[in-house]
Amino acid sequence: MTRARAAPTGRPITALVVLGAVAALFLALPLVGLLLEAPLSDLPRLLTSAPVTSAFELSLVASLSATALSLLLGLPLAWLLARTEFPGKALVRALTTLPLVLPPVVGGVALLLVLGRTGLVGHLLDSWFGITLFGTTPAVVIAETFVAMPFLVITVEGGLRSLDERYEEAAATLGAGRWMTLRRVTLPLIGPALAAGAVLAWARALGEFGATIAFAGNLPGVTQTIPLAVYIQLQTQVGGAIALSLVLVVVSLIVLIALRRRWWPAA
Amino acid sequence: MAGCVTLRADVKASAGSFHIDAALDAPAGETVVLLGPNGAGKTTLLRAVAGLVALDSGRITLDETVLEDTTEGTRLPPDQRPVGFVFQSYLLFPHMSALDNVAFGLRARGNARAGARAEAMEWIERLGLSAQAASKPGALSGGQAQRVALARALVTRPRLLLLDEPLAALDASARTRMRRELSGHLKDFGGVRLVVTHDPLEAVTLADRLIVLEDGKVAQAGPASELRARPRSDYIAGFVGLNLVRGYATRDRVSVGEAELIVPAAPAGEVFVSIHPRSIALYSRRPEGTPRNVFAARIVGIDSLGDRVRVEVVSALPSLVAEVTPGAVAELSLSIGSTVWIAMKATEIDAYPA
Repeated sequence: MTRARAAPTGRPITALVVLGAVAALFLALPLVGLLLEAPLSDLPRLLTSAPVTSAFELSLVASLSATALSLLLGLPLAWLLARTEFPGKALVRALTTLPLVLPPVVGGVALLLVLGRTGLVGHLLDSWFGITLFGTTPAVVIAETFVAMPFLVITVEGGLRSLDERYEEAAATLGAGRWMTLRRVTLPLIGPALAAGAVLAWARALGEFGATIAFAGNLPGVTQTIPLAVYIQLQTQVGGAIALSLVLVVVSLIVLIALRRRWWPAA
Repeated sequence: MAGCVTLRADVKASAGSFHIDAALDAPAGETVVLLGPNGAGKTTLLRAVAGLVALDSGRITLDETVLEDTTEGTRLPPDQRPVGFVFQSYLLFPHMSALDNVAFGLRARGNARAGARAEAMEWIERLGLSAQAASKPGALSGGQAQRVALARALVTRPRLLLLDEPLAALDASARTRMRRELSGHLKDFGGVRLVVTHDPLEAVTLADRLIVLEDGKVAQAGPASELRARPRSDYIAGFVGLNLVRGYATRDRVSVGEAELIVPAAPAGEVFVSIHPRSIALYSRRPEGTPRNVFAARIVGIDSLGDRVRVEVVSALPSLVAEVTPGAVAELSLSIGSTVWIAMKATEIDAYPA
């Protein structure tokens, strides 16, 4: 491919090769450095120390919960956006996908203003049910869902749009009602998009930092997820930060491998 | 039960900016073929009968069952109509085996999984697909996919079977074989069967009755023999290979624009006149004697079909096609632009009410 493109004009342009190589080094070197600096012999101890394991557990529970919540709510939203017409649809789509580009810490502040103890909804939660979200694990799940769900929504909406609706018509002519068609035809056919959206959302939730620290706080064992723990450890015990970072690198690699066919179908 | 079912449909519906306004009757036990050029509304009509397109107005009944009636405001959704639909590209569910595709309709109707699969297996075997029962649609040949689609539509014992271009997705060799096979399966199905096609050969092979749709309207309906003898539109005339002109008849004369044709007999008033291409003779000089319909003409097209040559001529009459032998072409040294005389015997011209 590269050879075929380069052939008509001979060698590729030197400046592009140099700049491209700089970009590749810039992106790859920090990760290599992380590996080189990793206190490998100390790794087992660091990864089993109390603050690290509790951050693991919390991150796993919170990110999986956020993924589940994103599926539960995001799938219907994706369906509405893909298959129905309603007034203000463009606005709804813009607002629901805004968190994709919004700085997460801004999302956290916004959540705090609405769901915090004195927020619009938060003070009702407090006065009616005595519920305060700040400093609780559910707040972590909410912050992560806020940031992660849009990834699921746009991926699934894309899947629904590229699905040939005539399969659903075929199901209808065979006597399937709308629920059966959804369950046995639509969902299996958008399975790959659904899986990709869920993996993306999970990866995003796992790496979430800004919204979590703003909305849920930084309580070890309760709201201190892996990214928060990395930040804290960096100031006290660099080895722990590196160990936790390595774990996130491995997770990211796994996600990348899982989704490579979706992103580079030809390669 | 299926023996006496009749479909009656009066359909006014839209698909985008396209409108159809067509009525049809289809009795059980006959294959009614909807024929027409691409974009004539055949598929839209079929989809309306299946409930996939809502009627703007009209009524569709299957014997006593009202499927849709816009004045009463009744409308059965597609999943509640006793209909089997074979789609043009089959639309087999790609994530299910052939067997599960066939069993789908039974599962949808509440049958337990084991029972549905057993019954589906009977159809799979009947259609000679036992070896493919576990295959996903992607692994099936065109002909096998067509059989699975047919089995899937028939397994629920519908009262009405709708087939949209059932052979269009097949390659030429499979199409010939499946045309014969499909014809047999259709005869075995006792209910109402409605087939959409744009392929005249398929239409003639499968049809007991033809309905020709053009521009969303029924151009002509009747037995194939009737359409072949007395076409009522240019499309049908072209498909059965006849020249068709419109005129105004008084006794044994039909005026066509400025020209006048002598015919054996004609009903007074607006008429169609059909002339077989082989009954138009070409002469280099004005012929004397029996043929009384003689016109000066110019050749605008010559199309060789092996042992026959189709020559398109314009004269005082609208453009006509004459079919002559290659020998005649050479003898008269016919070429595009040359002038000839055309002659037709009155007895070979058929005039019938428009």
